Amino acid sequence: MSTLESVTDLTVHQIGRTASAVMQRNVEVTAASDIGRDLGVDSLTLMNIVMELEDVFELSIPIDRLADVETVGDLAALINELRARG
Amino acid sequence: MGLLDKHKAYSQAYGSIRDMGADPFNVKFEAVLSPTEGVVNGRPTILLGTNNYLGLTFDESCIEASRQATRQLGTGTTGSRIANGSFGGHLELEREIARFYGRRTAMTFTTGYQANLGVLSTLVGRGDHLLLDADSHASLYDGARLGHAEIIRFRHNDPDDLRKRLQRLKGQPGNRLIVTEGIYSMVGDVAPLKEIVEVKREMGAYLMVDEAHSLGVLGETGRGLAEAEGCEADVDVITGTFSKSLGAIGGFCVSDMEDFEVMRVVCRPYMFTASLPPSVVASTLQALKRVEEEPGLRHRLNANAQRLYNGLTKLGFELGPRCSPIVAVAVPDQPRAIAVWKALLDQGVYLNLALPPATPDARPLLRSSISVAHTDDQIDQVLRAFKTVGAAFGLVNPSQQRASA
Repeated sequence: MSTLESVTDLTVHQIGRTASAVMQRNVEVTAASDIGRDLGVDSLTLMNIVMELEDVFELSIPIDRLADVETVGDLAALINELRARG
Repeated sequence: MGLLDKHKAYSQAYGSIRDMGADPFNVKFEAVLSPTEGVVNGRPTILLGTNNYLGLTFDESCIEASRQATRQLGTGTTGSRIANGSFGGHLELEREIARFYGRRTAMTFTTGYQANLGVLSTLVGRGDHLLLDADSHASLYDGARLGHAEIIRFRHNDPDDLRKRLQRLKGQPGNRLIVTEGIYSMVGDVAPLKEIVEVKREMGAYLMVDEAHSLGVLGETGRGLAEAEGCEADVDVITGTFSKSLGAIGGFCVSDMEDFEVMRVVCRPYMFTASLPPSVVASTLQALKRVEEEPGLRHRLNANAQRLYNGLTKLGFELGPRCSPIVAVAVPDQPRAIAVWKALLDQGVYLNLALPPATPDARPLLRSSISVAHTDDQIDQVLRAFKTVGAAFGLVNPSQQRASA
């Protein structure tokens, strides 16, 4: 497994933990999990999850970037891109 | 796949609400007799969810001004402000709003929604950063989305969180615009404006306040929260609406920024839409006069708000943190919220039902807005209805009920 893949795995895992905390129930995720369909997350909950992730990763995740995010993998990729940029 | 399939989840959710015999998003007001009385389902109903804070929709002088304007100028402008839609009244209204706020420039829009859409999409652009309070109104989110600036949410009414997020942007180019509201529309709480101004000064940013619910309600002369907190000098842009205290429809923004006039030729929600009809311009001008000449309206409004807020608190309901003309009762779950909303309507009390994701947290809200036009009798009738319904649906916490003062 390449370093990039394992970093993404860790981020995916963190997203799952944060989503569970925000939604107050256990949420199992993979990179392929569709945020709306599979996790049942509405737009407000997604923004609240992102707000927590900003604090976990100590960076800004502008919500205008969420338009392109459909899966947990998409969100992980966005976070990793922002971490690399910062 | 059909065009509307993507909305299936909402369709089903809406369907199950209506299956409960309630249709809170489709209430028909068969008659509206005054700012506080209507007829719903053939029944006389107290109107408690109207944003009609000063009851000016039935003010004789406002109605007369509206009537005369229609007689003189016709039913509509049939044009945009940048074409044939700028009548004398539009310019006078802008001058009066600017004077009221003590600002150099005012722009009026056809709706408050468009004012926010216009300002947020045009004042900041690609490379700029918008800092939105998490509980911002849909019009602010939509305006942010229409533009090209980066959008960062900060925790509701949390200046430290705002500072942290601005800190994260340090070194990045572009302007920052912080956006807050005077009175928040769901629960009626106010922004900690003084502390937000401190953050603004410390970190370097512009500040906008949407005074939609606070115009005519807060401040010595009714200009809103910025006036009440003595912060007007630090607020760069104010937006607001004509559809609440001023009793009509429309929106505005005011600013002292140099060359703000350029907005008239770059702001799409201002340009590509018809302007307000003469009747609305006239009634709004008159309503603004009423706000200025009778501060007693504000004082009596706040007295009414106290009566409702204190009454509901004594009954043991869970309310927002502070008394304001918006009084919201939190309900633990959606089925109960819908049933209670319907039960109140059956008792002759109409208020708004707010459901997630439109609510600040995941809980449904029974949201009421009080008017200066409500009588003590009406408020007491509302309290009696709440008492009945609270008991029937197990909404009140007996240990929270306070003994009568």
